[in-house]
Amino acid sequence: MNENSWNFWTVASSTLNQMLRSATPVALAALGGLMTEHAGIMNIGMDGMILMGAFTAAAVSTALTSAALGIVASIVFGILVGLFFALFTVKLRSDEFIIGCALNTFALGITVYLSRTLFDSAGISNAPHLGNIAIPLIKDIPFLGSVISGHSLFVYLTWVLVAAMWLFVYRTPMGFWIRASGESPETLRTAGKDPEKMKWIASILCGVMCGLAGAHLSLGNLNGQFGQRMVAGRGFIAFACVIFGGANPVKVFLAALMFGFFDAIGLQLQSSKLVDADLTSAIPYVITIIMMVYVVVSGQRKRERIAKQQLKKLELK
Amino acid sequence: MTDEIRFEHISMEFPGVLANDDISLSIRNGEVFALVGENGAGKSTLMNILYGINTPTAGELYVRGEKITNFSPKAAIDRGIGMVHQHFMLVPSFTVAQNIALGREPKTAGVLFDNKKAEQITRELVKEYGLEVDPSAEVRDISVGLQQRVEILKTLYRGADILILDEPTAVLTPQETDELFDVIRRLVHEKELTVIIITHKLNEVMAISDRVGVMRQGKLIGVENTCDVDEKKLASMMVGRPVLFDHLEKTGVPGDVAIEVDDLYVADNRGLPAVRGVSFSVRKGEVLGIAAIEGNGQSELLEAITGMRKINRGKVTVCGADATGKTPGEIRELGLSHVPEDRLSTGVDKVASVTDNLLVGKQKEKRFNLFGFHQRRSTVERYAEELYEKFDIRGAGIHTEVGSMSGGNMQKVVVAREFSFDTPVLVISQPTRGVDIGAMEFFHTRIIEQRNAGAAILLSSADLDEVFRLSDRIITLYEGKITGEFRADEITKEEIGLYMTGTGEGAKA
Repeated sequence: MNENSWNFWTVASSTLNQMLRSATPVALAALGGLMTEHAGIMNIGMDGMILMGAFTAAAVSTALTSAALGIVASIVFGILVGLFFALFTVKLRSDEFIIGCALNTFALGITVYLSRTLFDSAGISNAPHLGNIAIPLIKDIPFLGSVISGHSLFVYLTWVLVAAMWLFVYRTPMGFWIRASGESPETLRTAGKDPEKMKWIASILCGVMCGLAGAHLSLGNLNGQFGQRMVAGRGFIAFACVIFGGANPVKVFLAALMFGFFDAIGLQLQSSKLVDADLTSAIPYVITIIMMVYVVVSGQRKRERIAKQQLKKLELK
Repeated sequence: MTDEIRFEHISMEFPGVLANDDISLSIRNGEVFALVGENGAGKSTLMNILYGINTPTAGELYVRGEKITNFSPKAAIDRGIGMVHQHFMLVPSFTVAQNIALGREPKTAGVLFDNKKAEQITRELVKEYGLEVDPSAEVRDISVGLQQRVEILKTLYRGADILILDEPTAVLTPQETDELFDVIRRLVHEKELTVIIITHKLNEVMAISDRVGVMRQGKLIGVENTCDVDEKKLASMMVGRPVLFDHLEKTGVPGDVAIEVDDLYVADNRGLPAVRGVSFSVRKGEVLGIAAIEGNGQSELLEAITGMRKINRGKVTVCGADATGKTPGEIRELGLSHVPEDRLSTGVDKVASVTDNLLVGKQKEKRFNLFGFHQRRSTVERYAEELYEKFDIRGAGIHTEVGSMSGGNMQKVVVAREFSFDTPVLVISQPTRGVDIGAMEFFHTRIIEQRNAGAAILLSSADLDEVFRLSDRIITLYEGKITGEFRADEITKEEIGLYMTGTGEGAKA
């Protein structure tokens, strides 16, 4: 767009459109991360899980010339990586932090290695990818249409998954068991359910969601590309969203949207060429972290204030 | 009465420990059976076998004549066995109803958890058994006594007719204990439950049980009708030798004031006021006991006096000198020794030897070093040997790693070190927590010895019996304030209980 045709509504709608797009991979991974969080596993390995998911999707999509099979492959891969993660953290009781670090480092190496071996290149491009969906009727609504319509399938799938995950966590018996397995595993055991089993399930779900997040990055967001640096720390942002949102799917999604918003702002600034590109790409990360720290700290302050007020009331009695 | 449960030659071996050794025991239908023994005697292990948490390494278990082959909590629940664990098995962020329903959730639409139904079920249970509790309250917001009710309701919801209670009164006030015993009696008489209660408080055994089994070092020493025995007999069965529950001889008259606390305010770890305007003093040759339910500021108070916690307002005087804002080391110099509440984190260095733990705080003494930097190791070891003998520490000698010792012996190391400073002031917190009866007697004798020798002792203990036995005066703390001050021989435990919950008459606010 050139300087003359600068229009607030155009910029606003493209920013919001980009927000939904940018929030999606973070939200998908965070939906997985909140499962392991509830199950009491500290999972910092999401970044690696996403990267490997992205590679799997791109590679299979290229090899079989089918984006759909690429996505299926990323789901299957997600199950495997979830099993792998649970094997070490749950069954063998290794340190979660170390396993997470190992996954992240391993992912960086293995994807490039396999990419070079299979495709003679450090990255993949032009893999069959998903198209954008224009939603009938909605796409014709002014402003709103250009924000909501025209995304890849993953964006819409994420919205459905947020609702589904909320129902699962807070309204189904298994959701209760998974939460109990993290908060008070012995309680669950004495209730006749196996907390380890719940941790396995949470871990697998996390793997699958991260696999999908990866597939979205390579096949949904970009046009069938894979590169070693494409995840760009989104797994860690997802982890931050999980903590920030108290592992509640709706709040976690809102946190991901916040990241998406600042990412979109960063991209707008970048295309405006007003600020250096390296600086603009750091914006979403910096602001997201600051916002989260602010919200968490102010939440703590609020709780302390309430506690103090209650104490005062007791004193008055 | 028929046999409800029969253990036949049950043994349970953990790596290196024989926790249960060839135990044969029958428990009858509709009785209250008390299982007593010291810490580590194997009571909990035996009950964990019944509840399916442990699978015995030898022997057979019969429940209502049926031989048990499948050991799991789920199978035990299906058999009608319920257990209320010492550490409550509740999910703090779930509501009362959700906790009760956990594992057997009512559902709507085939998949969703039916919260309304769960609350309705809870209300019905509350009504049927007369155990009042709010179904929609979150468990983390309700008192320990109510949490215990939730535990009992939970087992009843699961259809338990055999109820195991593991140390149920450890966390309760005297009033809550009485209420619990009423509930147990009602359950047994009206609902015909069989109740097994694990405890080491012998007065409770006498109060509630029909029969009592005594365990020691993994073995079942004997089973008696409660009406045929007394506390003394049970205590000697538990320890394996006669225990002298004699009156402790207190001599001398109180002297000068040695600790003075004036209008003290201290915050807890969250920054909230934990101690709010506390003033008292302790004279030489007397024991001042603090009676309070856990979490009412007693820990913070003692930490502030000993310099481990910041004082927000007020003044502490030790032996006439101002101790406010001083470091623990400086306060010790003023003449104070401290047996801390949590011996594992602040009482000992777990990975160091008995010798090194006994030396701590005395390294600078002339007799233990040469020119201020060379440690006279042989002198130190002779000194350690001496204390080891004197305080009857039992382990594999003075080179034993302290972390590998039992709680009682670890505590002896702490007490040996602190008492041997011979300071005029002793601050003692939880002297016998997790310590067996035999050692308890030992610590009590030592504390009174120090008192009679003229030490000013400030004592805090969760065990009300202990506070009564040792103290000359008692103060009650509730929500960080002193609610009463009494001479120990002029008040009963029941009365003190009221002041501990802030409901005592004439409590000075």
